[in-house]
Amino acid sequence: MDRPIRVLVAKPGLDGHDRGAKVIARALRDAGMEVIYTGLRQTPEQIVSAAIQEDVECIAMSILSGAHNTLLPKVVEILQKEGVDDILVLGGGVIPDEDIPFLKEKGIKEIFTPGTPTSKTIEFIRNNIKR
Amino acid sequence: MDLGARLLNGEKRAVARLITMIENNEKEAVNILKKYYNKTGKAHVIGITGPPGAGKSTLTDKLIKQLRKEGKTIGVIAIDPTSPFTGGSILGDRVRMNELSTDPGVFIRSMGTRGQLGGLSKATQGAVKILDIYGVDYIFIETVGVGQSEVDIAKNADTTLMVMVPGLGDDIQAIKAGIMEIGDVFAINKADRDGAKRTATEIEIMLDFNKTDRRPPVQKVIAIENKGIDELIVHIKEHMNYLKETGQLHKKRIKNSKLEIVDLIQQKMMNMILDRSSKEEIVDKLAKDVALRKLDPYSAGEKILEEIK
Repeated sequence: MDRPIRVLVAKPGLDGHDRGAKVIARALRDAGMEVIYTGLRQTPEQIVSAAIQEDVECIAMSILSGAHNTLLPKVVEILQKEGVDDILVLGGGVIPDEDIPFLKEKGIKEIFTPGTPTSKTIEFIRNNIKR
Repeated sequence: MDLGARLLNGEKRAVARLITMIENNEKEAVNILKKYYNKTGKAHVIGITGPPGAGKSTLTDKLIKQLRKEGKTIGVIAIDPTSPFTGGSILGDRVRMNELSTDPGVFIRSMGTRGQLGGLSKATQGAVKILDIYGVDYIFIETVGVGQSEVDIAKNADTTLMVMVPGLGDDIQAIKAGIMEIGDVFAINKADRDGAKRTATEIEIMLDFNKTDRRPPVQKVIAIENKGIDELIVHIKEHMNYLKETGQLHKKRIKNSKLEIVDLIQQKMMNMILDRSSKEEIVDKLAKDVALRKLDPYSAGEKILEEIK
């Protein structure tokens, strides 16, 4: 068996809507990945610590609270501070189009907004993980 | 600095990377374990097992928080099932342990079973060694939610904590062979629910029949309210003292080492057999014949063994 891709799925911040995160988790599972599901209300610090301990190739964050411009770049920032440069960081959720260029500039590799087929996310992860 | 040295140096990223390498069966990681094996055996390894939804993760979280107050350091290996169809998995034990993520004295790793059936993953033993070399005081292994026969945890832990909940069945379940025999300490979680007293009594009655000189304690707990946790920790520590005082710890570890060696031989042999025969696609071909009833599976197995002699 090939080694499975490990992905951390997290909900940063304070919104309590985890349906999307669970749909993604299930889709990645069905694509043969090991999904570490950490659930609701994560701080960026918790997300990075968990990602390091779990040695994941990808962090996928779902956010619907509107705080994406603060929380998502913060995760990338802490990763850099910890000297981690081999984890792919992705975002998803209700994120306005005009915010996407800013987030990408801050190191979030891709943003998946509502309506994205899960197959697209899966393919993106497969093609973009760094090891 | 190489990974082994970084592990000794207490770097979490080295621990994490080595566990990945052991999971993927990489030779370099095995060599590091060979080199530092003499540094293992210091941690108290505690297995947490019980049916799905019994509250194993929540209980583990509370036990760890209590031990952290004593200044102890902790490693956790939390196992969830891998899909037999896709090889994927959802590892969700961290959901109950989120507050521990940023604690510098705690290392938590989730693992998929990756085809292993006994309630653990193939790399569990390796991961335990890595955490032991890293230098934690306690290592918790949380098994998948178990049914009746997933008893591998007892071969890997010094102390097996069996987590039960009220209302899962009558007393006949308690006297069946298998999982109920491996508990060193019993916890009845969700003890505020109906039937908790009855479940405790049924387990006590089962224990009445045991002929061993130590009787496992049965502790009622309500993990989510942090009730009964102190008492449970006392029981766990007492079990370790008992193992040490009676010399059973040594005996148990000899027995477990023997099982591990035999396991490793079996794995190597299987790899050898399948490696050689798959080159010639023998197994696939024979499987077709067996399915079509042209050949029986007993003869097929013998044929493959003949092939590698």
